[in-house]
Amino acid sequence: MKYVIGKPGAIALFVLALVFPLLTSNQYHLTVMVNAFVIALAACGLNLITGYTGQLNLAHGGFMAIGAYTVGILMTKAGWGFWPAFGAAIVITGVTGFLAGIVSLRLKEHYFAIFTLAVGFIILLIIEKWDSLTEGHNGIFGMDAPGGFGIIDFQEPIAQYYLALFFLALGIFLMWRIVNSLLGRTFVAIRNSEELAEALGINLMRNKVLSFTLSTIYAGVAGALYCGLILFIDPGLAEVTKTFDMITFMLIGGIGTLFGPIVGTMLITWLTQSLQFLEDFRMIVFGPLLVLLVIFFPHGIVGYLRLRQMRKAMAAASKAPATPAAKPANKEAGTNA
Amino acid sequence: MLKVDSLTKQFGGLTAVNNVTATFEEGQITAIIGPNGAGKTTFFNLVAGTHKATSGSISFYGQDISKFAPDNIARMGISRTFQATALFDQATVFDNVIVGHRLRTRSGFWDVVFNTRRLREEERKCREKAEEVLEFVGLSHVAHRLASDISQEERKRVAFALAMATDPKYLLLDEPAGGLNPDETERLADLIRKLVKHGYSICLIEHKMDMIMGLADKIIVLDHGEKIADGTPAEVRANPKVIEAYLGADDDAAA
Ligand SMILES: Nc1ncnc2c1ncn2[C@@H]1O[C@H](COP(=O)(O)OP(=O)(O)O)[C@@H](O)[C@H]1O
Ligand SMILES: [Mg+2]
Repeated sequence: MKYVIGKPGAIALFVLALVFPLLTSNQYHLTVMVNAFVIALAACGLNLITGYTGQLNLAHGGFMAIGAYTVGILMTKAGWGFWPAFGAAIVITGVTGFLAGIVSLRLKEHYFAIFTLAVGFIILLIIEKWDSLTEGHNGIFGMDAPGGFGIIDFQEPIAQYYLALFFLALGIFLMWRIVNSLLGRTFVAIRNSEELAEALGINLMRNKVLSFTLSTIYAGVAGALYCGLILFIDPGLAEVTKTFDMITFMLIGGIGTLFGPIVGTMLITWLTQSLQFLEDFRMIVFGPLLVLLVIFFPHGIVGYLRLRQMRKAMAAASKAPATPAAKPANKEAGTNA
Repeated sequence: MLKVDSLTKQFGGLTAVNNVTATFEEGQITAIIGPNGAGKTTFFNLVAGTHKATSGSISFYGQDISKFAPDNIARMGISRTFQATALFDQATVFDNVIVGHRLRTRSGFWDVVFNTRRLREEERKCREKAEEVLEFVGLSHVAHRLASDISQEERKRVAFALAMATDPKYLLLDEPAGGLNPDETERLADLIRKLVKHGYSICLIEHKMDMIMGLADKIIVLDHGEKIADGTPAEVRANPKVIEAYLGADDDAAA
């Protein structure tokens, strides 16, 4: 069984991303893509806790900001290079994510979402008010681009493009491993029904905290890259609207699907770009378009494609009753691809 | 094998289970009956660790499990089904059942990152288990259908398959035949007999008296959280208290 959204689809997207810089001479397009890759990586992380594990985390943008500010502060105030600061960002978002997780995940459903909304707000306030550390509303700038280990120069937009793409691809690869493994199945079982998952011997708290921590690390890496590639950060990063944007991307692309957040981010980014000329009126086009998408593709674009293909495969299988139906569909086509 | 002693559960002012003492024997089918709201599901929730008892104790093979977390109790070998089974509808039946054996595996995050042999081995084990239990409950032919596309009876059987995938010794079945017609109910009763034949011990909650009378080795009758009678089907049927509280009224009122 071949699934366009399985391996072949993934490879096609990746190849397209690889050759994209050759297709455009416009540097601005590269910058737009770098930004989109970084956001897509963060959205991919949000998808783990929210899409696969079923816990709506509204502090995700906040964790991205923690990653960005860790790098910004260490580079401008402590004189660190980008890569050590990048490592520190992973550790710090991981630790704060873990701590926030063990507290907030005691709450369920809406209570959890509201609690994380508050966590995000606290992160925003700290960034805004702790002037001496974060420069408050002025934001932080003056960082150097990431060092290239003497071989690459990440000052070049094209090198920055491939750096962002590399981390996005790595993030997707790791996510692919996670969601198609027993661990991913465990997360999906929790999303499906906590009561049932628990009765099947799954430790809810341990698995949710793991999923939450991993998702905040994704946010942290994305934030760190954002800082190193955009070279300017301000408290706006931690605003809840950033999280809402990511949720929108995820819903449109397909929540709980591997490529949903990526497809959604790319699509909306370019849609927004191409409607730029309408300025604020673009919402008049944008709003109804979103509504239509949600009505006709309730599982998002990738979710729609996946479901359609599963049904086709099943129809084909039932037409050939002689073949023993006992062989499971291939792994990439499983629950979570 | 399973014993509860003076088990009580209060929700605020409401006593859902009141001072129940009972034993559940290995290799037998014990049925719990009683009118709606009698505390049957709450009793299961206590045994499975979903709720903690207000007082009293639960022991399994002599070990006190009344303070154990639900996942721990599942690992000890007590598995349960729910009145309604929540399946993930956008996945196949097979995919839904694989995770049932997760509690017998140990692979964690780093196994996933490095795709270790242990992980691949355990994934294979979970798939084999899923195939085995689906075969046992007679669902091999729908294993690769979407969970949203199967019948009510098949859903009930998937619930059994999931419970069995945990490698339990004791099964708690909450109204397994709810919503099924008489033919389907009879087939499900056969499946329950088959489970016992294969060494599982069972406690089931059910309203369908014909099914219970033909199936149970022992019946426990709950009313307003209290155990008002227990014994063989014949004994329970003849017990005046039961007739008054439950059987006396027509069967519909009881269901
Ligand atoms: N989680 C809960 N919180 C409060 N009351 C509950 C809860 N679960 C059950 N009850 C109450 O306990 C009583 C017994 O319910 P239940 O065990 O579900 O009955 P049965 O399964 O015999 O129909 C009912 O009055 C019900 O409303
Ligand atoms: Mg009940």
